[in-house]
Parts: sequence; structure tokens; C-alpha cells
Amino acid sequence: MPTTKSTAGAKTAKTPPARAADRTYDAIIVGGGHNGLVNGAYLAKAGLKTLIVERRPLVGGAAITEELYPGFQFTTFSYALSLLRPDIIHELELTRHGFMPLLMSSTFAPMENGDYLWLGQDHGQNLKEIARHSQHDADAYTQYSHDLDMVCQALKPLLDAPPPDLFSDDPEELLALASLGSRFRKMDKRLLHNTVRLLTGSAADFLDDYFESDILKGYLASTSIIGTKVGPRSQGSGLVLLYHSIGEHDGAFGSWAFHKGGNGGFTQVLARAARSFGAEIVLESPVTNVITKGGQATGIALADGTEYRARTVVSALDPRRTFLELVNPRELPTDLVENIRRFRFQGTSSKVNFALDGLPRYPALGDRGDQFRGFTNIGPSMDYLEHAFDEAKYGWYSSRPYLDCAVQSTIDPDMAPPGKHVMSTFLAYTPYKLRESDWDAERQNLGDTVQRTLESFFPGFSDLVLHREVVTPLDIERTVGLSEGNIFAGEFLAPQMYFFRPAPGWSQYRTPIDGYYQCGSGTHPGGCVMGAPGKLAAQRILKDLGRA
Amino acid sequence: MILRSPFHERTSVLNETGLWSHWSGTLATRRYQMSDKFEYFAVRNSAGIFDSSPLYKYRIHGPDAERFLSGVLVRDIRACSPGHAQYTAWCDDRGFVVEDGVVLRHGRDEFLLTAAEPNLAYFSDLIGRDDVRIEEVSQEHAVLAVQGPRSRDLVARLVPDAAALQYFGLATGKIAGSPVTVSRTGYSGDLGFEIWIKSADALTVWDTLWESVRGHGVLPFGLDALEMLRIEAGLLMLDVDFSSSRFGWTDEDRSTPFELGLGWMIRDLASDDRAFIGRRALEREMADGTSRWRMTGLVLDWQDYDRIYTGAGLIPPKDHTPVLEELFVYDENIRQVGYATSFMYSPMLQRHIAMARVRPDLARAGSSMRLEVDVNHRYEYVKATTARLPLYSPARKTA
Repeated sequence: MPTTKSTAGAKTAKTPPARAADRTYDAIIVGGGHNGLVNGAYLAKAGLKTLIVERRPLVGGAAITEELYPGFQFTTFSYALSLLRPDIIHELELTRHGFMPLLMSSTFAPMENGDYLWLGQDHGQNLKEIARHSQHDADAYTQYSHDLDMVCQALKPLLDAPPPDLFSDDPEELLALASLGSRFRKMDKRLLHNTVRLLTGSAADFLDDYFESDILKGYLASTSIIGTKVGPRSQGSGLVLLYHSIGEHDGAFGSWAFHKGGNGGFTQVLARAARSFGAEIVLESPVTNVITKGGQATGIALADGTEYRARTVVSALDPRRTFLELVNPRELPTDLVENIRRFRFQGTSSKVNFALDGLPRYPALGDRGDQFRGFTNIGPSMDYLEHAFDEAKYGWYSSRPYLDCAVQSTIDPDMAPPGKHVMSTFLAYTPYKLRESDWDAERQNLGDTVQRTLESFFPGFSDLVLHREVVTPLDIERTVGLSEGNIFAGEFLAPQMYFFRPAPGWSQYRTPIDGYYQCGSGTHPGGCVMGAPGKLAAQRILKDLGRA
Repeated sequence: MILRSPFHERTSVLNETGLWSHWSGTLATRRYQMSDKFEYFAVRNSAGIFDSSPLYKYRIHGPDAERFLSGVLVRDIRACSPGHAQYTAWCDDRGFVVEDGVVLRHGRDEFLLTAAEPNLAYFSDLIGRDDVRIEEVSQEHAVLAVQGPRSRDLVARLVPDAAALQYFGLATGKIAGSPVTVSRTGYSGDLGFEIWIKSADALTVWDTLWESVRGHGVLPFGLDALEMLRIEAGLLMLDVDFSSSRFGWTDEDRSTPFELGLGWMIRDLASDDRAFIGRRALEREMADGTSRWRMTGLVLDWQDYDRIYTGAGLIPPKDHTPVLEELFVYDENIRQVGYATSFMYSPMLQRHIAMARVRPDLARAGSSMRLEVDVNHRYEYVKATTARLPLYSPARKTA
């Protein structure tokens, strides 16, 4: 993993309070990722004296932007914005602090035969483009989009509220459960059936009902495999597809934005918002453990021995670190420890970030470059994706991987010098545990595999490469701290969602230790730069403190 | 026969949508590419280039030019020294706004005034004994607006004096050997410049400018993006937010500067000895408090908006496309207290916003209002709050 040369706008001085008296807070958040920042901002806004403690020299967690090559800004890990809850934008007044979600105006999907699918902002033109591949699918696409939007609209409220506690007799929880049931009862048959099929089935089965064209199915199925060890034909991929479709950009489901300055630009906005409400942020302060006394959290201890005191401590780290590392598992109920131990991480995502001397060239489009004003999706068919998954089942990475690329400097020119470009390339199916090898040995081979794949679609691509950063699941774990490099802080599998995220009985942001809470992506509703876990945890805390 | 702008040869190649408007009898691009929002963000994040050539332009010159303009324009032109520009309006004798425009003062006796509609006869009839000449020069000048945070650096590379230009300042220079004037003006509410070019030089200047901005994320933008930008910036549009008093059928179609939020133009009447047209009526309006409306921004309550649409079984639309029609504004008891003239979802502000007129006694920023929206073929009344215009105003605009 490269060292950070400098960071985009992230120079927050390490300013631990000098006097012992200053080390007492109402609330301390461990981890300055986006959920930690959201949580801290809400708590500070409610009047709590709040401290956010970050291990690295910059906030953001996996949502950072770094100048890893002079003049080129890299979104090292997370690279686009969609699931961020709109209420957080408003309630934390993010537009006052520079929130700027730039439109990604197109999606480009190259094909192995040299053709392509290129969708943009004009619905009618999109239908004509799809019709080039299948007249049938042009009609089906509108129906599919409508059906999917219906499911998203029906389920969206679940992202903005904590799951009811299935195991509680509290009347409030029973009421919440009844309300959840009634939400499903109100759906018509078609909507309910589509919902269940997506929540439980495979993306392939769902898509096959609508479409016949390989390229369209490949493109649409791609969102069903992001960050999760499933193929499009695996049961459970429907849930991942649904999850990625329920995000929105300015009210349009499934649309993605590129934040000004990358997702690191976004987390800087969050940090400014948190500070504006009075939260303090300290950097380069790794936390070794949460201090407890008599079953009550009382503060945190840093690696250098510094201690901060607070009656509320919130972990923004993943469930493994929250329950098995920051506190002593002996303080926790056995069933919880067992559930956390079997909580699936098995990260499978990598990134290869490129500094480019110019725009890649797609032969069928000549010298055009505007096809790159959004995602470029290398997943030209369901078979391509499923084959890419095959190798991962047996402990190896795809020899011809699925790639989700974004030449971000076409959307935000501040990402690279004039005429040059940065390209973020996300790839699936790089399992954390490699068979008879490891990522330190395979890192550059993975980079070569990705570059070779890109070269096959964009001849001359390698000649454009000025610099390359390969980020494997191991690097994600080492740098960001996400266990096994899982980008969602725990897989998106039905047994790990909603009532069960991160463990049965502990889905409402509390822990068995009084005053110790969890707010990371390992809690409901889960990963992506969504902020909902941070917000919902803050609501829980404030309610418990009698301040809601 | 519809006219073509001096830049048409270039802009027509770039217009991939085939969407054109007729603006002052001239073809003007609505949007160059499928996404007007992408063009809008180019302006807010980098820079955009807009062809403003169809504006009406009048050269006003002669020994009495200043005296003449002092008598017909609402703002005191004497405060605008050579090398500066001024956004101004002109009123009729009853204090109703005829039109607004920007006047560039090139010299002591040399002015260029822009207008949205023809005004030559109107101004000519007002010359009286003044030694002043007014010529329509609309076709002689091509105008390119370069707007957005990168505009200063990009324009200054071609016209170095633009680098230090103050808000509404003028500079001269040469682009590809062609003399140009650069004004720090625009209609986007952002840092921005307009380049005034002899029409014969338009293509040469375009080519040099276009080549020089390559790699900076600069896009040409059309009228759709412009309308988004100007609503966020709280800038009035003739025949949308107001009508010329000359062509109003009733006084309901007419507005005074105070009613349009232009009261700041005549803040210092006590120390202003000009007898400009409309002055007495405006003084009376001020003294008697007879303004019927106040211009205000409206910001919709996002929770109420979402609640209403979601409750109706709909996805709350967040459409950036400006609605340039009247929407009625109500108080909390659903009594009409005003009307909005421009409405949109602002991607920068992440809110639905409007430019509206409300009763003066309710115009204080922060007042609770309701704006009508049609939901499932019925009016619903969304909570909204009045706010000072402009709703979007980055520091760089004037810095």
C-alpha cells in the first residue's frame, strides 16, 4: 500500500487537548469514517460535547481522496455517492459546507465484439440505444425500471428507521413490528412478489424475466455483485442489486453522483459540518480499547496511553473490531460473541487506480471521450460475470475480471492536471484469502490482470498509464481497518441484514455494555456511503440520554 | 429568416441535441448535450461558455451621453466611471420598470447598453435637446460569457488584465489579434466574465478561446442551464419574472423596482439630485408605502414536500428543470399572499426554490408560506420559507 504523500484538503492538525480536564467528553466516537462523522455531527448538534477519534492522518475511513501521484487526486477506495440519505444532507446543513454531488451523466458498457451500450440522460435516446441490441428489451427496460422503482420506493423507509427488535416485548417494539408487517400488507401482489424475489432470489432470475440482450443484462446484473461474494446467478444477488438501486441522486433511484473532490471531498464536508456543531476531531490517534467499569463504558485508551473519558462511547468500526477488539469479549454474552465470530466478511473487492496521460480510446467511438462522463462497466454479459465469479469460489481472483471504472476527472477537472485523467477501477472477485498465496505476492499481478483486461477493450490503454495503485482486500484491511477488506463492514447476505445486522438482538445500535454503542456500516442498514447507521445510532443514543 | 449568431458555425457543430430556441430572432442553443444538468455543473464547478450575442445592444455616445443616461436610467450612471459596468433598470414616469440591462462605460462619453428587447425608439424619443446619439449595434458585437470558478484563470490567460478585474470592471485586450473588451459580468451568479468581440472576429476568438480551455472541463452551455443558474442567482428574466411596463394591459402586469427587489438601485435618493424618469413616483411609493409586493426567495420545506408526495404514493420529484409559470403563494391559512414566477429544484442547494413576490408585510426573511404544487391532479400546499435573494451566492462571485 502506498504511503499518503499529501491529502486533498485533509490537513487537520493533530490537536489532542493538552490538559487532562479537557479529556472529558459527553460522547466519544471511535473512527472518523463517514458514519463516525455523521454520528458525531448529530450528537454535537444535540449539544453533547463530542470527540471523534481517528487513527489515520485524515478523516474519511474508506471515503478519502489522496494525491498519490503529483497532481492526481485518487479516490483510493470508495468512489461514488448514491445511497447517502437525503435527510442527512438537510439536517447537517451539508450544502453550507461545500456538499456538491456532481452528475455522472452516462454509463458506458463496452462489449467484447467492439460494440457497446451507452446510456445517458435522455430516456428516449436510451431506448433507441437498447433497441440496437434488442427491440424487445427497449420496451422491457421501461417496465423493469418502473417495477424496480416501485420496490425501492416501498422499501426506502426501512433505510431511515432502525429495525424493530424481534426479541423484545416492549410495546414500542411490537408496534414497530406491526407497522413493518402492515407496510408489506399494503403492497399489491405484483409489488410484494417483486420485493420478495429481489430480497431472496438471484439477480439473474429477475433480469431474465425482462430481458434477452446479453449486454443489457450484464450491465444491470453488475450491481448485483458489488462487494459481495455472489455471482449474478447466486441466490442473494437480488438483494445486492436492490440495495444498489435504492440509492438516489436528486430523487432518481439508482443514480450515482461524483462528489466534488471525490468521496474524500465529501467526508471533508462532513468533518466541517461536525466541527460547525462543536465536535472535535483528533487525528493520528489509534484507539486500543474502550474502557469499561462495572458494565458501563467510561472512556477510551489510545495506543500512546492517553485516555479520554466519556459516558457514551460509540464504535464506528466494523462488528469484529467493535465487539472482539475494542472491548474484551469476556464482557459480552456468549451468543453475541459467537454470532460476531461467524459474521461473514470475506472481502472480495479491489481497486486499481490509474493516473492517465489522456483519455482511453474506444475504437468504435473514434476520438470521442464523452462516453466517460460516468461509469464504464466491463461486464458485457451475465456469463462474463458468472465466469469471473467462478475462480473466486476456489480461492483465486478472476483472470478476466468484472470492472467498474470511472474517469473521474471528466466530471471534476480538479482531480487531475489539464488534459490528464484519473481513473478509478473497482473490481470484483478478488477473495481476501488466496489459495496458497497472499496479496503481498499477487498485488502487482492483479494490477497487470486489470490493465490487460482494459487494454483488450481500449487498445493503447497501457501507453496512457503514468501511475498505478493496486488496492487489494488486504490493503483495505491494513489501511482502513475493515476486517478482511469487506467494503460493507460485513457482507450483504440476508442472514446479516436488518434484524440480524450485526447480530440477532443487537440491531439497534446498543451493545450489552451500557453507554457503548455501534454506528458503523456493520449495523443497519449497512455499507456504502449512506450515513444512515451513523444517524440512526445517534438517534438511539440521544433517546437513551433522554435528549431526543 | 431566423438569424444566426456570429458563433453559429462553431456552436451548431457542438449542439448534439438539435434543440434550439429563437432568442431575439436568433437561433440559440437550448442544450448542447443530452444533459443540461451536466452543463450547469460545468459552470458551478469549472467554467461554461455561453453565446450571449442575441442580446440587444445600443451604443450611446456624445457629449451629453452621461446626462442623458442619468435622466433615463434608475441607477446613477455618474457613479459608474469609465472602465466599469453597471446593472441597471429604466422606468416609466409612473415608476414601473420598462426593462433592465447592463451598461458598459467605455469612456467619458461612450456607453454600450444591453437589453432583452428593442428599445431604440423608446430611448431615441427621450433625447430632447441632449447632444447624444443612440445606435443599435446588436449585430456588430458578438458576446461570449465565460462563467464559473475557473473563468478568471482561463480568461486571464488570453487577456491578462482580466486577472485583477473587480466585479463589474472592464478590461481591454486582444485575443488572436482581435481587440476585445472583457467585463466581469454575467447571468450565472458565479465568478464570470463576458467577452465583447467585433462580430467579424467572432470565429477567430472562439477558436482561440476553445483551444485554450481544453482539458479544463469547460463546456458550452445553453439556455436550459442558464435558466437554472440565474434562478439560483436570483436574477430576473423579462417576460418570466416581470413584464415591460410599456406593454402591460393592466397595472397588475407592471412592477416597480421596489416590487422586483431592485430597491437597492435607488437607496440613496436623498443625495441624488437626478430627475430621472419615474423618480417622483418612486419617492411617493417609498413615502406612502404603496408597494404591492416584495420580491423574495422561497425555499420549500423538504420534509413537507416529501411527506405530501410520498403520502400520495409518488416519488417526490426533484426536477431541476425550471418551471417558468405562476404558482400561487399562500399564508398558513391558505389565503393567497403572492405568486412565484420561477421555480426549480436546485442541485447546489439540494432544495426546491422559487423567486416569488409576496405582500410587503410578509416579506421578512424567514416568514412561513405555502406554495401550491399539483399532486395527483389536485393542489397541495407545501410549506416554504421566505429567504433573501440570491439564494446561491458564492464568495468568489464578487471576490
